[in-house]
Amino acid sequence: MSIIAITILALCAIGVTAAIILYFVAQKFKVYEDPRIDEVEEALPAANCGGCGYPGCRGFAEALVKADDISNFNCPVGGAAVMSHVGALLGHEVKAADPTVAVVRCNGTCENRPKTNQYDGAASCSIAASLYSGETGCQHGCLGLGECVEACNFDAMYMDEETGLPVIIEDKCVSCGACVKACPNNIIELRKKGPKSRRIFVSCVNKDKGAVAKKACNVACIGCRKCEKECPFDAITVENNLAYIDYNKCKLCRKCVVVCPTNAIHELNFPPRKEKPAAKPDAKTVKPAAAKAEVKDAPKAEPKANDSKEETSDNK
Amino acid sequence: MLKTFSIGGIHPAENKLSAESAIQALPIPQMVSIPISQHIGAPATPIVKKGDEVKVGQLIAKSSGFVSANIHSSVSGTVFKVDDIMDASGFRRTSVIIKVDGDEWLEHIDRSEELVKEISASKEEIIKRVGDAGIVGLGGATFPAHVKLSVPPGKTAEVLIINAVECEPYLTSDHRIMLEKGDEVLVGTQILMKALEVNKAIIGIENNKPDAIAHLTKLAANYQGIEICPLKTQYPQGGEKQLISATIKREVPSGALPIEVGAVVQNVGTAYAVYEAIQKNKPLIERVATVTGKSLKNPSNWMFRIGTPVKDIIEAAGGMPEDTGKIVGGGPMMGKAIASVDVPLTKGSSGLLLLPREETARKATKACIRCGKCVSVCPMGLEPYLLMVCADKKDYERLEKDAVMDCIECGSCSFTCPAHRPLLDYIRLGKGKVGQIMRARK
Repeated sequence: MSIIAITILALCAIGVTAAIILYFVAQKFKVYEDPRIDEVEEALPAANCGGCGYPGCRGFAEALVKADDISNFNCPVGGAAVMSHVGALLGHEVKAADPTVAVVRCNGTCENRPKTNQYDGAASCSIAASLYSGETGCQHGCLGLGECVEACNFDAMYMDEETGLPVIIEDKCVSCGACVKACPNNIIELRKKGPKSRRIFVSCVNKDKGAVAKKACNVACIGCRKCEKECPFDAITVENNLAYIDYNKCKLCRKCVVVCPTNAIHELNFPPRKEKPAAKPDAKTVKPAAAKAEVKDAPKAEPKANDSKEETSDNK
Repeated sequence: MLKTFSIGGIHPAENKLSAESAIQALPIPQMVSIPISQHIGAPATPIVKKGDEVKVGQLIAKSSGFVSANIHSSVSGTVFKVDDIMDASGFRRTSVIIKVDGDEWLEHIDRSEELVKEISASKEEIIKRVGDAGIVGLGGATFPAHVKLSVPPGKTAEVLIINAVECEPYLTSDHRIMLEKGDEVLVGTQILMKALEVNKAIIGIENNKPDAIAHLTKLAANYQGIEICPLKTQYPQGGEKQLISATIKREVPSGALPIEVGAVVQNVGTAYAVYEAIQKNKPLIERVATVTGKSLKNPSNWMFRIGTPVKDIIEAAGGMPEDTGKIVGGGPMMGKAIASVDVPLTKGSSGLLLLPREETARKATKACIRCGKCVSVCPMGLEPYLLMVCADKKDYERLEKDAVMDCIECGSCSFTCPAHRPLLDYIRLGKGKVGQIMRARK
């Protein structure tokens, strides 16, 4: 009996002593943490995708609390709603950032861009890119091994087996930029989503000269500058034989889409054009359809070239 | 027992099909495309333009830094254009394209076959002229030769090692050079010795080339300080560090250059090119390559002008066999498949291997069974299975800690893996990333 009592008392005494020591130690080594960090983290979507550029939502919350001005911070997953909530918590004014979405800037489908060799190495885009230029004549475009799809944490991408290109499911894309970083050829870009998800972009990253680019791929940008001249808003620049549309300047007038001789400029989610019967269909079918449109348009351009050749030979 | 390097190594089937075929001169093509970057380091700067007349041996692109190399015209004719054309890996790179017209050489180049033994050039002169002649390591790595000859201050070279190992299966170009140009190689070796101020040179030759060992041993008796060292046939003995380990039993520290242990390694083909540059004033405009393959009609060795299209040399060896599945530039172990037969042969083209389709197909990759074979064959003492996983999972810190940068990319691990895992592909990728990170940190 007494042994039991002594044991209990001894244990209690040790417990109390330890508690007192721990109390003072905790006071001495206390780390102050801003309670707002927890609040902000709570408000964030907890996707931990790293799209903001910080290591997870906690890291982003810490950075937000520390910052004096949060107008340059953006959570691509949560968008304007989350950012304004965070702004309210921290007492900052937040301007709504335009939502962005990932865009694949390559239309080198099996049909448009014929294969010139066969790759049988490890199934990874970065490894293929470290070894050589790819299975087609285009050294800039999609390698088709799906590293971007693997990188996507939101199931927002899949490889289209027919075209061999990745497809982005707009509704699921949170614009975290994981695919952009994964692509060794930098063909994916985060672009402004645009009103009603309408946007226009050059679906090509080929910097080769026009003839070389065109030989490798039917729908390559050949750097002809027609779109640059056509654009009333100076939104298009052609550099290194490649056109680029600045989405901040673009007013979505669609004039460039019409003049592009290779159909390299894509429009997404626009209603069908009324005046022309050969109008571009809308979003989800735009890629295969663009390929078809190319075939239709090609004969129009070619006779001209042939005519001029004939003329010159006649002159001789 | 014959010497070899201390750890790892494999012995793939040798397949030296073209060993008996004497070096022949490949006919000059109608058009050559000479890339301005055929070496490790900064690309050269073109100094000719469309329409310029050039002669054989004329400088057409100037070295653009210390680690860079001059490029000379390998033919005489007119510059057709300076444009981006496809290189062996399919990327477009600037090249000088020359339309051939006759074969007119610059006057100061001595084209006679006569052997010139007397070395009149001084140490500084040799290094300068090796640089001027655009000589790069002809073993395949194409590192500018004059850089290796310029011993950094504070370091001294004790021994010159000539790499005549030719450990890659199939290739026989170095073997033929030793048999046919033995004296020239030895004079070249003496020139290199003079440039490095060493009085000892070791020529390492694997014992699968007994005729070359016998021939050079006989000739070397007439040259001072040159020793022929027969080595046990073992891949990758041609790696600098492996060869140093095999011949002088010294280990180059991790991340250091061979000069750290007092050694400088040069390829036997480089020694021949140095002989030609110093004694005959001939810049590096041609070299020997082996064209080989089991289904090829005539596996053979060719002296070709730099810039000749690949298809010409295949044509000369009897045309492309029907069953060709892959054309590899270099040997089967370290060589890379080429993207097209229109690409030019360059200073680094030591061979061209036409593999039949059934031999090239990769086998299905299976899971790692932790057998450790890759570890036991790695000549650098690394753990390839682990490096592959780290590279796949992007753990670059661990890759760096586990010395991925020491990998010499010999491919022994991939060759030996019973699960056919593409170990080297991943390790090379990781090595590239770690290299980037390390450079950014500097």
